[in-house]
Amino acid sequence: MHIPDGYLGPATYGAMFGATVPFWAFASWKLNKTLKARQAPYLALGAAFSFVLMMFNIPVLGGTTGHAAGTTLIAVLLGPWAAVISVSVALIIQALLFGDGGITAIGANCFTMAVAGGLTGYGIYRLIAAGSDRKSRRRVVAGAIAAYVSLNVSALLTAILLGIQPLIESSSSGQPLYAPYPLAVTVPAMVSGHLLLFGFVEAAVTALVLKYFQRNEPAMLA
Amino acid sequence: MTTTKKLWIGIALLALLSPLGLIIPALFGAGGAWGEWGAEEFNKLIGYVPKGMQKLAHLWKSPLKDYAVPGQAQGLARRGLGYVLTAFIGIAITAGLAYLIANVLGRKNREK
Repeated sequence: MHIPDGYLGPATYGAMFGATVPFWAFASWKLNKTLKARQAPYLALGAAFSFVLMMFNIPVLGGTTGHAAGTTLIAVLLGPWAAVISVSVALIIQALLFGDGGITAIGANCFTMAVAGGLTGYGIYRLIAAGSDRKSRRRVVAGAIAAYVSLNVSALLTAILLGIQPLIESSSSGQPLYAPYPLAVTVPAMVSGHLLLFGFVEAAVTALVLKYFQRNEPAMLA
Repeated sequence: MTTTKKLWIGIALLALLSPLGLIIPALFGAGGAWGEWGAEEFNKLIGYVPKGMQKLAHLWKSPLKDYAVPGQAQGLARRGLGYVLTAFIGIAITAGLAYLIANVLGRKNREK
């Protein structure tokens, strides 16, 4: 779901930078207050994990592929603001070095995957896990459900950003200037794969790693 | 072994397995991700390349485009190797940058 350059018109990609920068600023401020020095290696691990996870392309019906992102997992273990920063770092490196996602689309991609993904994942996890013991099964289930939903939220937002382009960025003769498919195409196309497959992969990965932490480093689930 | 060390080993293993991200889609005859087509592919998809996209699509020339080492021949084995290499490069740079940011952000809390 990395949006390349040329799919979003300037109105959209500009607006998305405008939407994302405040979250980066707030996340930085929050981390400045709460991140302990010993957590820095974990932020690096989270960013690296997200990066490599996104390299695993999974084929889906219809001949396309998708991937998991690991955002919810990072949000559960390090907090939503650490997730926003670390996944953004992975996405920015992917865009700059590997052409995975456009430069103009960095704001948009970070918003859909890092910000929306991180905050939704964290919120849902906290809702379901509330009050449970950190070694309980409920925590793992909460993480899995949160991961599933958050990935689909990211996919839906991406579909919306792409699908509105024909509406807002068309030539005088009505020809789309950027992403040419309308919402009626983008939403089913993007959301189906994530609802039916990638969401479950994300949930499974999140659950497995959470279980690992429950056994080896339960303090991180505080 | 500390947890961090074990986790880094886990990530290294994932990097080594990354060619699966190339091989599995190839086995299924799957193309790229939905909505991540190159601008030129739209000629095949809809018969034209949207004008705005034409202008922006080649804005940036990334050094390791599509996780391939430049100058590589095609063929799944070669591309798979390139994938592993770029995975390690990407992990190193991403982790390094994230670590730097975390240290800058957490500098007030160094003692804790």
